[in-house]
Amino acid sequence: MSEHDIDGLMRAAINGDAAAYNRLLTSLAPAIRALARRGLGVAGLAAEDAEDIVQETLLAIHLKRHTWDPTMPLGPWVRAIARNKLIDAIRRRGYRAYVPIDDVMETLAADAEEPTPLPGRLDAHLQSLPERQQSVVRAISLDGASIRETAARLKMSEGAVRVALHRGLAALSVKFGAKP
Amino acid sequence: MKTDNLIRALTSDLAPAGPSIEQRFAAVLLLGVVVALILFALTLGPRPDFMAVKGDPRFIFKFVITLLLALCSAMLVWRLVRPGAPTRLQVAALAIVPIVLAAGVVAELVALPHALWEPKMIGVNGLVCLASIPFFALPMLIAAIVALRHGAPTRPGLTGVVAGLFSGAVAAAIYAAHCPDDSPLFVALWYSLAIAIVVAVGGIAGRLALRW
Repeated sequence: MSEHDIDGLMRAAINGDAAAYNRLLTSLAPAIRALARRGLGVAGLAAEDAEDIVQETLLAIHLKRHTWDPTMPLGPWVRAIARNKLIDAIRRRGYRAYVPIDDVMETLAADAEEPTPLPGRLDAHLQSLPERQQSVVRAISLDGASIRETAARLKMSEGAVRVALHRGLAALSVKFGAKP
Repeated sequence: MKTDNLIRALTSDLAPAGPSIEQRFAAVLLLGVVVALILFALTLGPRPDFMAVKGDPRFIFKFVITLLLALCSAMLVWRLVRPGAPTRLQVAALAIVPIVLAAGVVAELVALPHALWEPKMIGVNGLVCLASIPFFALPMLIAAIVALRHGAPTRPGLTGVVAGLFSGAVAAAIYAAHCPDDSPLFVALWYSLAIAIVVAVGGIAGRLALRW
């Protein structure tokens, strides 16, 4: 997918097009994964932690999407967020030496397949959420339920489900940023 | 959890975007400025001869330089909270401020006899200036940091520094209405020192509060 296409998808997403948003995030994930792996490799860290960085970056893209200026290309914005999360992850592991991250940040075009899922940090963070947020996030992400189905299943209003989902995702992002 | 599962949750959370960073920044800062003006009115207040000196070029220069600094640092901070946004133009604009200040200083040195340089630079109100500007800047700095938390600064320390520059500059413009010292020599020394205190606090606050 070209950099021009992702701009259009993000614009559509901001106007409420969930299908476009899903396609955008799905197409960004392999590119972020590739640069997370290379970044970890350059820092001499295990590439299997890359998926944590991918997930943390996607959460940040989601929660900070209002900081993208639609008059500018999306690619540099995504790269800056991914780079920031990669550096944070490397620092959290106590790695202090200089990492020439720019070398690995040249392109979003490279692809990398998602590995077989290991229990990552996201699962641990999810378990530490308040019960209600946890059930909502689980129902929607793992079971693929819609907002309406989740509301019926958990006997909540749809509004309450939306609030719990948003707060849950924001809390997950904060937990990623905290020291392990 | 697989990344695709996470993406499903993110897609379901696609709510319309709220107010822009600039709008939030403006709203919270308006509040900060009002608080600073109230503090100013309750403590120092404008100088008694305000109406008489308001056309004086030295008096006007104090507002030109402080408001120019406030404007340029606000423009830079808006860029710093957007990941990957180019900042070169805004940094260049900010670099004009010390040049304008230096021009004011040179003009003053030319206009004044040598014997008056030092007394004008030291002034009569230096310590009040040093205490007042950080005092008036504090509500604005807090407001700015709160607003900027909504953004995504990839350099939190630097963003805090520029937010400190902005808050210090606005506070200095408010303080200028009270200060009896109008010489650019005084401004270059004491205003800069006072704003530097706010900048240091802003840098620390940024590192602590602007990570995301």
